[in-house]
Amino acid sequence: MYEKDGHRYFVVDSHMHHWDASPENWVAGQENYAKGWIECFHAYQGLGPPATHWSIEHFMKSSEDDLMKDVFEDGHVDMAIFQPTYLKEWYRTGFNTTEQNGVVAERHPGQFIVNTRWDPREGDAGLKELEENVARWGSKGVKLYTAEWREGSRGWTMKDPEAYRYLEKCQELGITNIHMHKGPTIWPLDKDAFDVADVDHAATDFPDLNFIVEHVGLPRIEDFCFLATQEPNVYAGLSVAIGGLMYARPKFFAKVMGELLFWVGEDKMTFGSDYSIWEPRWQVEGFVDWDYPDEEQFSDYPRVNVNSKKKILGLNAAKLYGLDVPAGCELEGEAGTPAAQDDAKLVEDGGARV
Amino acid sequence: MTHPEAVLAALDAVRDPELDEPVTSLGFVASCTVSADGVASVRLRLPTYFCAPNFAYLMVADAFDAVSAVEGVREADVVLVDHFASDTINAGVAARSGFVRSFEGEAVDELDGLRADFVRKAVLAGTDRVCRPLLAAGATTDELAALTLGQVPATPDRERLRSRRAELGLPSGDDAPLLVDATTGEAVGAEVLPMHLARTRLTRVSVEANSGVCRGLLRERYPAAVGRGQTQERP
Repeated sequence: MYEKDGHRYFVVDSHMHHWDASPENWVAGQENYAKGWIECFHAYQGLGPPATHWSIEHFMKSSEDDLMKDVFEDGHVDMAIFQPTYLKEWYRTGFNTTEQNGVVAERHPGQFIVNTRWDPREGDAGLKELEENVARWGSKGVKLYTAEWREGSRGWTMKDPEAYRYLEKCQELGITNIHMHKGPTIWPLDKDAFDVADVDHAATDFPDLNFIVEHVGLPRIEDFCFLATQEPNVYAGLSVAIGGLMYARPKFFAKVMGELLFWVGEDKMTFGSDYSIWEPRWQVEGFVDWDYPDEEQFSDYPRVNVNSKKKILGLNAAKLYGLDVPAGCELEGEAGTPAAQDDAKLVEDGGARV
Repeated sequence: MTHPEAVLAALDAVRDPELDEPVTSLGFVASCTVSADGVASVRLRLPTYFCAPNFAYLMVADAFDAVSAVEGVREADVVLVDHFASDTINAGVAARSGFVRSFEGEAVDELDGLRADFVRKAVLAGTDRVCRPLLAAGATTDELAALTLGQVPATPDRERLRSRRAELGLPSGDDAPLLVDATTGEAVGAEVLPMHLARTRLTRVSVEANSGVCRGLLRERYPAAVGRGQTQERP
């Protein structure tokens, strides 16, 4: 929990990782990709405050003690949601898998939620694995990465009929939160690989599922915002938006926040640190202190207050995952209940804590 | 003998299609030399190893064409470095294979449609750049709806908007409406103008935020990297 100026914030880090990108884990023959990937991530870390930068060696593989200290002890986070990224074409045991995350979570009860993933190209075997992961780790959410390379294929889209089988399976298994990440897919290479139109189709056809578009659709914020205004079950995941812009490009950050608050709204925005690209501490503290620069160009964006930040930092995600909010962290003043009960479907039990 | 400055000037006209900015000011030109016998060697670099290969291809191909057209250049040697698809892109551009043949089996269409989609975004973002100062100075949406391109101040932003509109075949003369639909070219009526302006601003914020991230990543990757027009850098 984070407390500032007498206000208490329940912090849910809804998008974070604990990976192994060390050279020992690189797939033979794929070293350039494995190295290129983690160096790219490391460059993103450079967009945060210099005091929070790590050496590339530490960044490639940090310890479980580092994780617990950075996220919980120093980072103000109350509940962290592991979002797996497999990338097994490049990393022997995976970049970070459901099982690796789950094993860590089991050692620290009540601190992590273990999300899983699926890939429609894995067919019936993948459906079975999804079932097993949900049974084993109690997952209520999945992280989908459409740009993953697999056996010569360089990506997939949510429009694929196979993807719909998996979405149906999610409904059957009680998974309610679909975290989407877009990346530079190679196929179809002649299209805009960041386009979010396929999420639009899925969100319309699966109104009971919540679609959290991570990194707010960056670099296609405009397409994402149009989509989010039309679909009540689409959310803005702020990972990378805060980490990549708040310190490095404060004015752009203010504009991006202003646009998101205007088009998407504070009830549908969720904080994610994207650890260990960035540590949560400076992001949480900076965001609680954040306001627009005092300039005319920001004057007609929606205002933010303590309650806006409480929702974004934790209460919205707590709703999506059915988490209990500790006394004193609720919304203040007249707005005594958590973020507006919109059309999104909420989990009904206590969530998927391990 | 052709001076590298002439080649760089030609590269000023090559844009990142996604960011709508010259590759030179973005810092994407790592080096540029011309040999005594007229071989212009240009090395291009991008912010990450995994930058989208379609945009990368367009930049390398456009740079190849721009450099080849410089007077005195006998041969253009334009190469993208440090990218996962460097070899495919460089070979495809050098052989003038076109995109589909360069990425055999992985692409169906050439990139004209993709390029046009992003020029359309550039028109929207450029519209905001021209209109925002007018709104700040107190213009009403009714007044904006009645303006023509020729009636707004003659700024670089206006000319940039005009040229992007012309690229798409949209009305771009002085008598054309200031505000047009970026697909149909029809005038935007006063009643829908507030929403249109909200969209143009959002598009500009998105493109500029994206550009900001790209510049930041480029600087992390190549610590000395600066764009032309900021501080000169010649390796």
